[in-house]
Amino acid sequence: MKVGRRRFLAFGIGGAVGTALTPLPWKLMDDISIWTQNWPWTPVPPKGVVSHVNSVCTLCPGRCGITVRKVGDRVVKIEGTKGHPVNDGGICLLGLSGPQFLYGPSRVRSPLKRVGKRGEGRWEAISWEQAVSEVAKRMGELRAKAEPHTVGCLLPEDRGSVAQLFARLLTVYGSPNVMRRPSIEDTYEMALYQTHGIIGRPGFDLQKTTFLLSFGSGYLQGWGSPVHMFRAHSHLLSNSCRVVQVEPRLSISAAKADRWMAVKPGTEAALALGLCHVIVKESLYDKAFVDKHCQGFDAWTDEQGQKQPGFKELVLGNFTPATTAEITGLKQADIIELARNFAKASRPLAICGRGNGSVPGTLGEFMAVYALNALVGSVGRSGGVLALPEAEYLQWPAPEMDEVAAKGMQQQRLDGAGGDKYPLARYRTSYLAALLKGGGYPLKMLLVAGENPVYDLPGSTELKKALADIPFLVSFSSFMDETAAMADLVLPNHIYLERLEDVPPVFGLPKPLLQLCRPVTAPQFDTRHTGDVIIQIARALGGGVAAAFPWPDYESCLKQVLGGHFARLHKDGYLEGRVPELRFETASGRFEFINTEYKAKPAYTPVIPQGDKGVFPLVLTGYDSMRLAGGAVADSPFMVKSVDDTVLKKGDVLVEVNPHTAGQQGLAEGDAVVLATPAGRARVRVHLSHRVPPGMVAMPRGLGHTAYDPFIGGKGVNFNELIAPVPDPVSGLDAAWGIRASLTKV
Amino acid sequence: MSTVEEKSQEVTEEQPDDATPVDPPEPPPATEAEPKGGILPAFLIGIVASLIVGWVVFPQLLYSKKRQPVDFNHAIHVREVGNDCAGCHYFREDGTFSGIPKLDKCVECHAEPIGISREEADFIEKYVATGTEVPWYVYAKQPPCVFFSHAAHIKMGHMECATCHGDIGESEHARVYQENRITGYSRDIWGHNISGYTRHTWESMKMADCARCHQKENVHQSSVQTKKGACFVCHK
Ligand code: SF4
Repeated sequence: MKVGRRRFLAFGIGGAVGTALTPLPWKLMDDISIWTQNWPWTPVPPKGVVSHVNSVCTLCPGRCGITVRKVGDRVVKIEGTKGHPVNDGGICLLGLSGPQFLYGPSRVRSPLKRVGKRGEGRWEAISWEQAVSEVAKRMGELRAKAEPHTVGCLLPEDRGSVAQLFARLLTVYGSPNVMRRPSIEDTYEMALYQTHGIIGRPGFDLQKTTFLLSFGSGYLQGWGSPVHMFRAHSHLLSNSCRVVQVEPRLSISAAKADRWMAVKPGTEAALALGLCHVIVKESLYDKAFVDKHCQGFDAWTDEQGQKQPGFKELVLGNFTPATTAEITGLKQADIIELARNFAKASRPLAICGRGNGSVPGTLGEFMAVYALNALVGSVGRSGGVLALPEAEYLQWPAPEMDEVAAKGMQQQRLDGAGGDKYPLARYRTSYLAALLKGGGYPLKMLLVAGENPVYDLPGSTELKKALADIPFLVSFSSFMDETAAMADLVLPNHIYLERLEDVPPVFGLPKPLLQLCRPVTAPQFDTRHTGDVIIQIARALGGGVAAAFPWPDYESCLKQVLGGHFARLHKDGYLEGRVPELRFETASGRFEFINTEYKAKPAYTPVIPQGDKGVFPLVLTGYDSMRLAGGAVADSPFMVKSVDDTVLKKGDVLVEVNPHTAGQQGLAEGDAVVLATPAGRARVRVHLSHRVPPGMVAMPRGLGHTAYDPFIGGKGVNFNELIAPVPDPVSGLDAAWGIRASLTKV
Repeated sequence: MSTVEEKSQEVTEEQPDDATPVDPPEPPPATEAEPKGGILPAFLIGIVASLIVGWVVFPQLLYSKKRQPVDFNHAIHVREVGNDCAGCHYFREDGTFSGIPKLDKCVECHAEPIGISREEADFIEKYVATGTEVPWYVYAKQPPCVFFSHAAHIKMGHMECATCHGDIGESEHARVYQENRITGYSRDIWGHNISGYTRHTWESMKMADCARCHQKENVHQSSVQTKKGACFVCHK
């Protein structure tokens, strides 16, 4: 029989009908879809035994407890440790991104030596022996020339064993120039010392607070220990605590508060004193506390027999509701009502330090907020602010100083901190650009560990130029960040997931907490613990320097200096201290509204943003967000993806401008503009928003990395390129809340 | 002269004289006339053939057959080790499930050969002596996009092992492992009946099987998007 076209077609149709009556098409479809989901390049966690390791996240000063999930040797997920005193199971976007930092492409994989021009990005991989000996050789040369003080060191912390190993190295070597970036922790420390006479930091007992008054603190934007604050905020809500946010911009923290008080920028301290005025005038203050524990409320006579006005006079004379309303732009009735509500609450608490707390602010403001807390009796009681004395938990053997070291240490610090002009400041690193150019002497070598000043310090454009003039720049960064990119030598540290290190107490917690960061995985690359490298550099320097470092390696050093704490820390991961009894160690033995020794007092010190009003009609201010990391550690690729397109769009940062201001300047949503300030200029886009008052331009901190890798860098503009520090006349620390700015359409 | 021309000639001749002369018509195809009939049988043959292919040949082609590396006798182990399945497949202290035992568990008893069978000698020689893990084929293995927790089902849901795994505990020989050539997963997932028809819960392990039980037991039937079972219970 011939097949023929018709029969063939009939056979085909029959086949199709028959096939439809078999499972074949459906099964094939199912199998193919499973096949497409399992292509070998689809990322899936590796197979292996699942384990969990507890450690501490040190990507920001929050220091959350983390539980790292591993499959075999691979870190696959980081979660907050349940029941941990900082974060109780919570974690932030940055902490969650740990694996991206661990395995990401911007890690420095071995010691590197610059071979091209500075910042050109041409490197030669060298051995650790060579790296250590090159640093030691340079340092040896400077010491031989009796110039050890020209070696500086920039760190994120001055507590903790690695920071103290650096300090020890520089001390026995002969340089006083150990620096770290100051923050609100410094101003709080000063205010605590001025009022309590105690060296330490405050703790906030937020779990029991019933009225939280925040003077611009981004309590949901990274202030204090970020995740701890999220947890505390949930407690506040479940306690029906009232939250009032005083801030010019409608930040997330303001939006989540019960009440937002939109003050004129920079006038928070005036409001604090205005509230004190009402509380004193209406006798709403805690008389028992003030009588029993305070000094300087009424007028007093100082040691020289001079009559000094008291705090009462200060606020009654200067901060009437009318004056305060004028300064802050609030209504008088609102000020009075807020003061009454705050004073009448059972356990009120006021906090300060703007945004995430990276700008120290003025001492007067912090003392004003302390005074407000004292007036309502919220100092040293539950729900209030507690004083946690600095605990020296590391026991170091005293080093022996040779002659060169002793002489070097007598030199003035380059940043002038602790000197005649700014006796209260420990560090004035915010002015590094100016100091490097016009300081007392040139810096010939700078060691940077755990910091990224080229990105992270205000005025970073200037700073970059100034750093380029330092003959020898050494970075200990684990990542190819902006500072490492300019370095002569990069000596990569292990990242926090790979190293053993003590973690000093967390700012803002109601109890002192000492922690231990433990390696959760083996080092991925040829990196080395900076603690070990310091010891090796000291050894290579020989003589008295080497003698001060008797340990074979960092781990044995850590065990020795932690003493009895080590075993417990190693077992439990953290050690909680006790809250000390309420006590004051001032000259009067009381809480001093006005310090009897230094005469530092609560004050409203207007901080005038830099710039000429004629040229720069607007004011630029930065804001913080939990979706961006504003500090030395960059935003992770994961975080960058989480940012709204009203903040970052196709690599352009959007700045918030009030529609009214935009109208005056002829700007519309999305317009590309040049944002210029006295410190720098950048191309940005405009986002019209009622979150900011007229005349203000608000820009997110944390964008605009130029180094790292394409997943992190090249997104938006770095706020620090546009801002410049403004010193508080009393403390000398940076108090700039903004800078004058202009917008020009391009 | 070709046939075509002859035919056209004929046609012209048959035309009445008064007819207007026309162009010769298109020649018909040069093939033989299309055979009439036979369409229905062809259609039926098509159906039958495809039914055979779909029901019989296709499953044969789709799955490769593999023997387990060791002919494992579950029945004897359940008897000798005791404690039912949990003798070897147990929960660790931290609540995680041990799954298929690693070699060191086997070695607890099989450090030396037990009995004289050839299989036993092979097992000792190939795996125990060399410390090599046995590369078992896993009948119940799911794709990586599926999150499955034994603890949630056994400890919290109080389910029996047999509900999903059937009577494997009574088997005396390791079944042939049939691997889907496209997906790489066991035939047990889809079920041995190629139609997907099952009578017992353990006969297939597809998403629909999980969903059926999750729906019945009301396990997180709360997805905002789908208004049905929450996808994230299994797809994390
Ligand atoms: S808040 Fe800071 S310490 Fe805590 S998880 Fe986030 S980055 Fe880590």
